Amino acid sequence: MNHPRRLRITLARGLAAAVLGVALTGSAAAYPSAFKAGVFDPPRAAPDFVLQGSDGHELRLSRFRGKVVLLAFGYSSCPEVCPVTLATFAQARRKLGAAAADVQVVYVTVDPERDVPKRLEEFLGAFDSTFIGGTGTEAQLAAVRKAYGVTATKVPSRHGYTYAHSSFTYLLDRTGRIRALMPYGHSPDDFVHDLTILLKE
Amino acid sequence: MRVRPLLSTVVAGSALAVLGWSALTPVRSASREQIFEIPKGTWARRMSGAKVEILPNHIHLTLGVRDILVLRNHDVVPQLFGPTLMMPGQSFRLPFEQPAVYTFSCTAHASGEMIISVDPYPSSPWARVGWRAQELWWHTRLRAARLVYRYRS
Repeated sequence: MNHPRRLRITLARGLAAAVLGVALTGSAAAYPSAFKAGVFDPPRAAPDFVLQGSDGHELRLSRFRGKVVLLAFGYSSCPEVCPVTLATFAQARRKLGAAAADVQVVYVTVDPERDVPKRLEEFLGAFDSTFIGGTGTEAQLAAVRKAYGVTATKVPSRHGYTYAHSSFTYLLDRTGRIRALMPYGHSPDDFVHDLTILLKE
Repeated sequence: MRVRPLLSTVVAGSALAVLGWSALTPVRSASREQIFEIPKGTWARRMSGAKVEILPNHIHLTLGVRDILVLRNHDVVPQLFGPTLMMPGQSFRLPFEQPAVYTFSCTAHASGEMIISVDPYPSSPWARVGWRAQELWWHTRLRAARLVYRYRS
């Protein structure tokens, strides 16, 4: 049997299998998901890092063990995504009430050129005074991004430059494991929902 | 000959029956997961120069039917897969609850992004027909691509 004929036969079989697959759909199975965010299985330890903190101290991620951490990446000049994300975090913390004391927001800049600690502190403080930013050298920040699979690309603009960057948020549990990833655009209620689960653990 | 009119009637009747079934039967799925997997050896094949595409640029999901994206890394090295970094043996399960178009940065794609369209549940008859036609087309393309890939390798 020559190859084109064999290919035609296998393609026909594939089509038949696809038709059967679509036709023979059974009953809908319920998949209750505890989290609104995407969940990792098994969870891995969040890579530790040391950066300059916006609070003037060394920012070592592992110092927040015992708390639930929202870890996100962005920059203070971000025109759209970062302000929305940070406002969402702030609102979620307000909704959590007293339990918010065990939630720490860590925001790592992708723009070390402009985001010096003082500027990060002012920017983050406008949303919530407990938020901590991290900055460092380009190499330090690139290493952190690589460890977390975060992308950031400098894009020239009319007024200088912007960054196209990953917009999701990692949710770290009290033991410092990456448990979930919340895509951009989720509501404060979704964060409250998932944070509540992690806080109760 | 009366065979041809009879055959035409049977074909038309069958087509109508299929259309009716497609329009009237509620859309259901045995699993709500849309699974993408990085097979073992992918990294080695990439290193040897082979072009390996696992995730399509554009993924279509449907609320209430197939609305959970599942990514699995069966390879022996960490891989940037869709929106995130996946460790060997790790899976990532992302549910969607709102119909929308989601864009994730993804270095695995030449465009640098992965788009996930989450469509509302097909509740009207025409929406059901459209959904089933789209599913058929999508599955056929996927299976054809896999077969062609196997045939070539």
